[in-house]
Amino acid sequence: MVSYIIRRTIMAIPLLFGITILSFAIIQAAPGDPTSLMMDPSMKPSDKEAFRERYGLDEPIHIQYITWLGNMAQGDFGDSIIKRGTPVSELIMNRLPNTLLLMLVSTILAILIAIPFGIYSAMRPYTKLDYTVTVTSFLGVATPNFWLGLMLIMFLSVTLGWFPTGGVATLNADFSLWDRIHHLILPAFVLAVADMAALTRYTRSSMMDVLKQDYIRTAMSKGFKEKKVVLKHGLRNGMIPIITIFGLMLPSFIGGAAITERVFAWPGIGLLFIESAFQRDYPVIMALTVISAVFVVIGNLLADILYAVFDPRIEY
Amino acid sequence: MTALLELKNLKTHFMKKKANIPAVDGVDLTIQKGETVALVGESGSGKSITSLSIMRLIPSPPGKIVDGQILFNGQDLVTLTDDQMCKIRGNDISMIFQEPMTSLNPVLTIGEQIIEVLMYHQKLNKSQARTKAVEMLELVGFSRAKALVDEYPHRLSGGMRQRVMIAIAMSCNPKLLIADEPTTALDVTIQAQILDLMKDLSKKYDTSILLITHDLGVVSEVADKVVVMYCGQVVEEAMVEDLFDEPLHPYTIGLMGSIPSLDDDLDRLQSIEGNVPPPEHFPQGCRFAPRCPHAFDKCRSALPALMDVEGGSRKVRCFLHGDKEATS
Ligand SMILES: Nc1ncnc2c1ncn2[C@@H]1O[C@H](COP(=O)(O)OP(=O)(O)O)[C@@H](O)[C@H]1O
Ligand code: SF4
Ligand SMILES: [Mg+2]
Repeated sequence: MVSYIIRRTIMAIPLLFGITILSFAIIQAAPGDPTSLMMDPSMKPSDKEAFRERYGLDEPIHIQYITWLGNMAQGDFGDSIIKRGTPVSELIMNRLPNTLLLMLVSTILAILIAIPFGIYSAMRPYTKLDYTVTVTSFLGVATPNFWLGLMLIMFLSVTLGWFPTGGVATLNADFSLWDRIHHLILPAFVLAVADMAALTRYTRSSMMDVLKQDYIRTAMSKGFKEKKVVLKHGLRNGMIPIITIFGLMLPSFIGGAAITERVFAWPGIGLLFIESAFQRDYPVIMALTVISAVFVVIGNLLADILYAVFDPRIEY
Repeated sequence: MTALLELKNLKTHFMKKKANIPAVDGVDLTIQKGETVALVGESGSGKSITSLSIMRLIPSPPGKIVDGQILFNGQDLVTLTDDQMCKIRGNDISMIFQEPMTSLNPVLTIGEQIIEVLMYHQKLNKSQARTKAVEMLELVGFSRAKALVDEYPHRLSGGMRQRVMIAIAMSCNPKLLIADEPTTALDVTIQAQILDLMKDLSKKYDTSILLITHDLGVVSEVADKVVVMYCGQVVEEAMVEDLFDEPLHPYTIGLMGSIPSLDDDLDRLQSIEGNVPPPEHFPQGCRFAPRCPHAFDKCRSALPALMDVEGGSRKVRCFLHGDKEATS
């Protein structure tokens, strides 16, 4: 198992390389650079040149890439161009915990709600409850995050005043757990909705498939109650395809988080990504790209490992 | 002596929007203690649905036992609650199936799949159940049973998996073992081994067997009594020697004709023309009439009853033997 994990990790390295090269090229191809966006229009061309030189923007792109790669290999992501020399790693470390918290809570929320409903739908297909779950999850998939977020803010926060409109905590207040949770509820729910809906659909179809299998009939013929048959004999088999899907979904949480973070002014890396992209803050964008790529790789790896754990037929 | 199992006019229908499908349509069948009864008939004649009805495992909806009784030790299983039925399944009545390759759970060890039954019905603790599981695996012929308990089913062949299924089914020492085409999916040599195993175990533990098959060759090997089914009904019932000596029903005669036998001339090999009609298109009158070489006018209008013949030692549903109509 350990050697399997090591092998899979090594295999991920070329993938990471590919992703960084591509993103480097694409970012540079986008029109404009930091100077055009942040500089005073009346700035002298010579000052502009000095600035470009200071951040290495005057070098040819492949040299820039190699320099960046070399620095990164030493754990140095460089300094933010826009935020006047703040190290990128500091910017990210300030934001990352917020995003991880949001993702973790919304993922748990999605799993806790989606899997039981998916299972129940599969056990009683084509009943009222199944149709309700199905329609609700289609709505969930179809509802854009930002719209749902804005609606909730409008009604629950602005009109009813039940929740804060954004941020991780009340400004200038002492730390309070309830305050943090209070701020977390809406964004975590919004982020969870789409995944919850998708996960419910996957669980339902996977479990429907499993419950038709002969070994389920065998389990029934042993005299077990339906609940035990479904949970002990069905669920472990039904989870196998879901784990894979889940691993693939993990990185998409970051994309989803960006929009949700923006709506709820949640200072996470998603929001940082959006800001940096608009300002062409290359070092920050590149660092975030690498982090996302690492998430993709971890997601895949996690899926493969769990797959092997759940399914004894997998050889590794 | 009361019979171990007695089906009386069992009717299991599937309620579909368009039609009511009478898959099992008035089956009478008796199994004595320790007896092996073969249920034979072509594919689609309702054998599996009959056996799943006994287990009360008909997919419902759309399936439903609409009439009749299933008397097990005198107790009508049809009237039991689901919870009461759970105590009988796997304990007093157990079942093995046609598809050994897919009948075991791929993500649970072989041991676990035996242990769970023993803990559930026999209330053994984990280590007692494990010891018993090893014994059961040895009983069905595995020499390295101790190692096998911790393995997963995917490395075993079909024949070995069917042995495991038998070990599971026999683990609570059931009074009745239902085997639905247990050897159909297996190689001929393996078939014989599995049948021998079942025969040995039934003798050793005095377990009755309901053996479902469409292979009359298998029947002559193991059965005491044969029940022939056609279109959801029993058409003939006889002790195995009597049936092979002289089959009475034209359908049984047709089935016999379709087993090749070494001393038979190939020219004499006759089989039945046509196919089993689906339940929604059962013919009027005798259900075998459209395929019967002896059919006459009455056969097409009236349904013959299952009648005692030869002094009550056997039964047949045909106007050529006794000529009473069924009342329903
Ligand atoms: N789930 C079902 N829905 C509708 N009809 C069914 C269903 N299962 C079985 N049947 C009908 O019952 C008939 C008998 O099936 P079965 O008992 O499996 O036959 P056998 O085991 O003798 O080959 C079939 O012809 C089929 O039309
Ligand atoms: S009743 Fe008539 S049709 Fe039916 S089996 Fe007998 S002879 Fe043939
Ligand atoms: Mg069948």
